[in-house]
Amino acid sequence: MADRKKLSLAVWKFSSCDGCQLTLLDCEDQLLAIAEHVHISHFLEATRRVENGPYDLSLVEGSVTTPREARAIRRIRRQSRRLAVIGACATTGGIQALRNFARLEDYIGAVYARPDYIDSLATATPITEHVPVDFELRGCPIDKGQLVELLSALLNDRRPNIPHYSQCIECKRTGAVCRMVATGTPCLGPVTQAGCGTLCPTHGRGCYGCFGPAETPNADSLAARFGAGGLGGRDIHRLFHSFNANAPAFREQGSPSDG
Amino acid sequence: MLDGPLSDGATHALEPRDLDRLIAALRGRGYRVIGPRLGEDAVVYDDIAGTADLPAGWGDEQEGGFYRLRRRDDGALFGYTLAPQSWKRVLHPPRQRIFALSTGAEEVEMAPADPPDAPMALIGVRACELAAIDIQAEVFAEIDPGYVRRRESSLVVAVECAESAATCFCASRGDGPAVTGGFDIRLVEVVRDGRHLFLARVGSVVGADILAGLTCPEADPADLAFAADRLGRVAASQTRALDDSAGRKLGDFALHARWDEVAGRCLACGNCTMVCPTCFCTSVEDTTDLAGTRVERWRHWDSCFTLDFSYLHGGAVRPGAASRYRQWITHKLATWHDQFGRSGCVGCGRCITWCPVGIDITEEVRAIVPDENER
Repeated sequence: MADRKKLSLAVWKFSSCDGCQLTLLDCEDQLLAIAEHVHISHFLEATRRVENGPYDLSLVEGSVTTPREARAIRRIRRQSRRLAVIGACATTGGIQALRNFARLEDYIGAVYARPDYIDSLATATPITEHVPVDFELRGCPIDKGQLVELLSALLNDRRPNIPHYSQCIECKRTGAVCRMVATGTPCLGPVTQAGCGTLCPTHGRGCYGCFGPAETPNADSLAARFGAGGLGGRDIHRLFHSFNANAPAFREQGSPSDG
Repeated sequence: MLDGPLSDGATHALEPRDLDRLIAALRGRGYRVIGPRLGEDAVVYDDIAGTADLPAGWGDEQEGGFYRLRRRDDGALFGYTLAPQSWKRVLHPPRQRIFALSTGAEEVEMAPADPPDAPMALIGVRACELAAIDIQAEVFAEIDPGYVRRRESSLVVAVECAESAATCFCASRGDGPAVTGGFDIRLVEVVRDGRHLFLARVGSVVGADILAGLTCPEADPADLAFAADRLGRVAASQTRALDDSAGRKLGDFALHARWDEVAGRCLACGNCTMVCPTCFCTSVEDTTDLAGTRVERWRHWDSCFTLDFSYLHGGAVRPGAASRYRQWITHKLATWHDQFGRSGCVGCGRCITWCPVGIDITEEVRAIVPDENER
């Protein structure tokens, strides 16, 4: 495989915290191997050297929240043979999509001393709503094992092994005792896509849903169970309205005003 | 480690320190000893070094979608009912590497197979769990030499239940609570009149050999009578039941409206299949390293509740929860008979307890198949 061409990679940031793209630099043990097979053409967190496209693979982090971003993602799509979106912001809109349920002016007025400097769209939307996307890595942030798996699959021309089933299946394989059944802790695991490495349930916490909705999620039934367990509509609303509030399956759960 | 039937021998009475000696003897013989211990908010099966690791004085309360540890006042070591997951975890592990290949200097090289694990001694196996182990042994007999090897090299110390959980229905399945076979040593824990005893019978030559080494006295007939009487109460206390003939008729009700109703509650999360001690499905995944010079094939637990499970070209055959739930229990209770000569349900009730929304397989069958006695 020594004669295999290096994969040219571009990493792009939209409205986001940079945590997902830093996951690539966080692949410490694998970083040298990655550098051996991947040519970094554009990755501002790693190098100021910037090369023009086209690129074999673009990793896109963040959501679209400004008119400039809405234009930029179309340009990047045109320059990318494959485009994978990484993280909750790029796949569902992220935490900043909470603005979609409120008035943008209220947020801007509360945060910025000079609101008139801000040129922002009324909504934060995932990359997937703007351009065709070849692959999604979920998470807030993404899992580095899944990132390496995606790169490895592309380099070796095979399908990535990225599950879409529930977190519960990972908990049971790992042997984590169910937080919800054994302690009554509200947990989004049954409707959340696996892939984080079972971080919270192995540390005594319920799942916060960082990886967004699993395939065919039945969030209505889970929300009803939370309600039967004593959670009010507002608490249920807040559980679902975090990293992936804008995901269609999570959007309508609970009630923002019902105590 | 079953090596032929053994004629009925005497029942011996072990004290807790003798149980410690039993565990030490097993370790001395090279067994990896696995038994109940207190885990994170539940009694789980894990490696144990002696009786000090056992969950003394801990019991549990179980209901649909509900499990809580409860303190007991009698110091019983096996006072819990069932752990969240069965012995499937160790006999049919969640993840197994099938093989690894590397491109060497000249040709493709097969990595040497992992050495076989040490034989295991399973302490505290319940009657329903023994039945489930027998079922999986039948399923894997011709197709999974790894399972056969692990099962045949394992030594089973069964412990009969002293109480039922509210979710138990082994009596209606004929798979418990009495431990009748498939063990090397069977223990019945008795805590009464200030005494703490384990009434032990042997079920195999190796079990007899190990027990003989402990030189414990024969049990008091009064204790045996107490245990037999209690076993009857354990069975009679079960409030749930699942009639085998009703389960076998599920295939006749493929279009019943209840499937859509249960789909409204079912999360399709797969918990029921993961905790089921007989569910055996796996899928196989191939991985590569970045360089493409090493590939590995892994097998891991899969579930008929995932979309990929029924993926054929073009899409999933069972896209909704109604068809997935129907597939699961119809296979478990009806077509399992055609495939393996009995039902795939032993009445352990784990699918009821560990379903986050408490869907109850016994209730669903009653809602779908008319009760012959009521017609």
